Formats: sequence, C-alpha cells, structure tokens
Amino acid sequence: MQQAEARVGGTLLDLRSDAGRLLGRVPLVLALTAGLVVICLLVEAYGSDELKTTTITMLINLVMVVGLYTFIGNSGVLSFGHASFMAIGAYASALLTIPIVTKSVLLPSLPPFLADASFAPVPAALTAAATAAVVAVAIGIPIVRLAGIQASIATFSFLAIVQVVLSNWTDLTRGQMTMTGIPLSIDVIGPMLWAVVAIGIAYLYKQSRSGFRLRATREDELSARSLGISVGRERFVALLVSAFLVGLSGYLYARLVGSFSPENFYLEVTFITLAMLIIGGRNSLAGAIVGPVAVSVLLELLRRGEDGSTFVTIPTGSRDIVFGALTLAVLVLRPDGLMGRRFG
Amino acid sequence: MTEVAQYVVNGLSLGALDAMLALGVGLIFGVMRLVNFAQGAYIMLAGYVLFFTIEAPWAVVIPLTVAAGVAIALITERVAFRPLRGADGSTLMIASFAVAFLIQSVIVAFEGSGPKSIPIWSLLSESIVVLDVRIPVLDLITIGVSACLLAGLWLFLTRTRTGLAMRAAAEDFEMLRLLGGRANRVIAVAFALSGVLAAIAGILLFSKTAVVDPTAGTNPVLIAFVATVIGGLGSILGAALGGFSLGVLTTALQATLPAGLSSYRDAFVFGIVIALLVFRPQGLLGNRAEAQRVI
Repeated sequence: MQQAEARVGGTLLDLRSDAGRLLGRVPLVLALTAGLVVICLLVEAYGSDELKTTTITMLINLVMVVGLYTFIGNSGVLSFGHASFMAIGAYASALLTIPIVTKSVLLPSLPPFLADASFAPVPAALTAAATAAVVAVAIGIPIVRLAGIQASIATFSFLAIVQVVLSNWTDLTRGQMTMTGIPLSIDVIGPMLWAVVAIGIAYLYKQSRSGFRLRATREDELSARSLGISVGRERFVALLVSAFLVGLSGYLYARLVGSFSPENFYLEVTFITLAMLIIGGRNSLAGAIVGPVAVSVLLELLRRGEDGSTFVTIPTGSRDIVFGALTLAVLVLRPDGLMGRRFG
Repeated sequence: MTEVAQYVVNGLSLGALDAMLALGVGLIFGVMRLVNFAQGAYIMLAGYVLFFTIEAPWAVVIPLTVAAGVAIALITERVAFRPLRGADGSTLMIASFAVAFLIQSVIVAFEGSGPKSIPIWSLLSESIVVLDVRIPVLDLITIGVSACLLAGLWLFLTRTRTGLAMRAAAEDFEMLRLLGGRANRVIAVAFALSGVLAAIAGILLFSKTAVVDPTAGTNPVLIAFVATVIGGLGSILGAALGGFSLGVLTTALQATLPAGLSSYRDAFVFGIVIALLVFRPQGLLGNRAEAQRVI
C-alpha cells in the first residue's frame, strides 16, 4: 500500500506511523480542552457559588456528551439509552459514597459488601463508571448486531427497562423515592480534571485502530465489511468505552446534586444531551466539546433573560422552547452541527 | 374462569388501543421513513384539549379533539418534517424528538408541568355485568371504536388511490418518490390520519386514566414504537397487528407474572422486544428489505 498518507480534515497524516495517527487531530481538541480548563480555573477562583454550580453542570453534560459521541459519533448509530448508563453511574456512586450510618437508614436491606462500603472519591468514580461498562456488556451483545432503526429502538427499550428496574428494585435503589445523602461538593477542579480525563479517553479511543475501523463502518458499511472489519465488535468496544464515560458523568452528577430519583435519567436528559451533541456536531470529538459548552452558555443567558437580569426579558418557560426550536433549526439548516462534517 | 374472561376483555381492549397507537406511528413511517416520536405529543395535546372542553357535550368535544390532533400533525409536518424529507433515519428521529420536546415545553410554559384531572363522563366509568364477568363500559367502547376506525382505515388503504399509494410507499419507499407531485398529498394525508388516531387513542386513554400532564404522551409513544417494530417496519397491517399483540402480551404478563415480579412487567415486555429485534428483525409481517442485521 503505497498511499500511506491521507489528508484528514486539512491535516496531513502519516498513517504508517502510530505517532502520526495519534497526533493528527491533537491541535483542535487540545485547544478546546485548554480553553475549557482556563474557564474552569477562572470560575473556581472568582466565580460565585451559583456560577460554579452552572459550570459543574456544564462539565457533567460535557462528560456525558463526550461519552455519547464515543458511541454515536463513531458508529453512526443513534442511541437513546445512554441516560441509563448515567443512572447506573449515579446510583453506584451513591451506594459507594453515602456515609455508612445514613446508608443503613436509607437502605436497610443492602448486602454487606455494599452496606459497609465507603469509597474515596476517585475509586468511587472509577468503580461507578466501570459498573456502567459492565452493564453495557450485557446490553451490547444483542444491540451491536442490529442495524439502524432497530438498534435505536432497542436502545430505547433498554432505557425503559432500566427505568423500570430502578423504580422497582427498592432494596437497592429506594425505588421511586429519592436517593439522597450523597456527599456534596461544589468544587470545580475535580469535575474539570475528570472532564479532561474523559476527553483524553475519548480521544485515545477515536484515534485507535478500533476507532478508525468503526468510523469506516459509519461512512460506508459495505466497503468496511468487505475489508474484513467486524462491525459488531468495533461497535461493542465503542459502547463499552462510551458507557464508562457516561457512567462517570453519573458519578459527577450524584456528587453535585446529592439526591435524585429514576426520572432524572429518563427522556428529558436523553433529549438534552442528544441535542447538545447534534448542535455541536455529532461527527467529531470537537463537536462533543463545543456542543455542551455552547448550549450551556446559551441556556444560562436565557435563564438570566427570564430573571430579567440582562437586556432583554423573556417569559418563563421560553428556555426550553428556544432550546427545542434551536435543535430543530440545526437539524434542518446545518445537520452536521457547529463543527460541521469532520472525519472524527 | 371469570378472571380469565376479565383478562381477555382487558387484553382485547388494551390491544385495540395499542393497535391505534402503533398505526399512528406506522402510517408515517410508511410514507417518510420517520419514526415519529412527536406522536406522543399529539396524544398529550389531545388530552389537554379534552381537559379544556370536557364540559361541552360529547358531540362537540370529540370532533374538536380530533380536529386538534389533525391540526397539530399537519402543522408539524409542514414546519418540521417537510424540510427534512429524505434525511437519514436518525436525523428524522431526533427531529421528531425535538418536535415532541418543543410541544411539551409550550404546554409547560402555558399550563405548568403539574397534572390536570379530567372529570370523565359518568357513563365511561361504569361496568356492565355479563355472565358474572364485570366488563368496564370503557373497554367495550375502546374495542368498538377501534374496530370501526381500523375498518375505515382498511377501506381507505385498500380502496382509494391515496391509500394504495401509502401502502405501496410503506413497502417500497422509492415508489413514493417516483410519484413526485402526489407525494405531498400522500404524506399530508398520512399525518392527518395519524392525528386522528392520536386524538381518538388519547380520548380513550385519558378517559381511563382521568389525568393528563405534559409527559402523558411518552409512554404511549414508546408502546407505539415497539409495537411498530414488533409488527414489522414496512407493513401497515403489521403495525396494527404489532400493537394488538403488544397489548395482549402486556395483559398476559400482568396475569401470569408472580406477585413479586409483576411490577417489572414492562421490563419483561421491553426485554421481549429486544429479543425479537435480535432473532426476527423484520418483525411479524415486515419485509426482509427493511430488516438488516449487521452480522
């Protein structure tokens, strides 16, 4: 194969070397991440508590959307079920970090290894994310063999199944009652570091051979298969990585809000995160970063507008309406989102 | 024995309702390859119209609700879906999701997010007793109304040119595009019919639950989705059959699951759906062309 170079999105890559492949897309994603870090540091230093909460929310959405991109963006298969991985991450971190005394009151019937568990933040985050990935193995086996719409409907079914299980497995989750008692934290640096880690993992995956192969199936499945690429296997890997990242966002969510119930991980968050990915650009990691940031900024401006504290006042409830209309507009006018049609 | 009869009536009634829900999604899928999540919003909107007009005589309420359903369906077709014709499946699906979210947000902005209780007509909450079996009047009406509606729909799909075009498009989408100028009309009629189905299903549904809130459409549309897939994407009769089977399956599970598991009934239903997708992706009546397996 003589032609071992490729122009990918305007950057000359030497595909013969792994270094060339791994370093190819660094500039844009790195710049965006660096910008993100700067913003977070500024907020941590000078921001009000309110602004910190908003920023942490944005970081949670960002990790979630980066996880979504890892599957949806690379495979081209739309998934409506990823909110379930967020739920699993959140509930797992709750079970691991709620102080033991509180836990025994809230969840008296836990098995000993959970009832006595008290994890530090980093192990809790990793374990929660890993739990989501383990569940992804179970759902991945049937789903990655399906095509297009069938796969999307299967992910919808998965969302519904997890919702029912969470609402009814009261010994583990308190069912529809709020799970509460998770130690809160309003520190911005922790989520920021996790966001950087998440972006790093997503980047390493997408630049890996598996990531390239998966994107090949996204572009032209038949040709990819004729090259011997196993679509199911590549999608499976992507699903695991994305579940891990989304589970991580669940951990971050739990420690920001401190209490939640199954309905926090159902259709509303599914739509909002999908919309953020669409608006940013579902084909690229850069889009997965830009989307949540841009939307969060917009929503924050709208919220202030509703409060009347900026130059234009808008009626309450307009925020969601604007958001829905914006998503629709992007889909019609610029379906590839803000970052446009990129290779990855 | 009477318990079995009870479950049979329940199953038929739920099956009839789910068939209507599924058809609402199946008709639009047939003409546009769009899995219309906004169908749930149409149903929810019908519920709100019902809430606002319930005081009026039923000869006014029903046409009004149906008109509202048709109107919202046609509006969303013109504004949101027509510009997206020909886009790929996932784009269309997310767009319908956005439309549903939009309609829901408008309702929340105007009416708040809390539930509204609907004082249903007293006739509908009664039951008649036949051979020791207590049959709710609403179940009978549901079965009767859907039977009529489905019969009318069948006549339309088999005896009129537009209906025939719709069925042909469902089987072979390229055909509809070849029709060119008529495509707009066929698609508009499909949406209008879905609006009617949404309104009537909504009336029957909310007469049973007696309450409506902005999220009231999401469960029905989820049922419609899976029912369409069970029946087979690409077959309108399949959608009806899929919906009916789903209603019967749900009731059967309700009847047979042991007490500890009965609250997980929906999880079992959706689990069966996933299994069906894996082992028989074309569903009950779908054609193989629509069913693709990666491996």
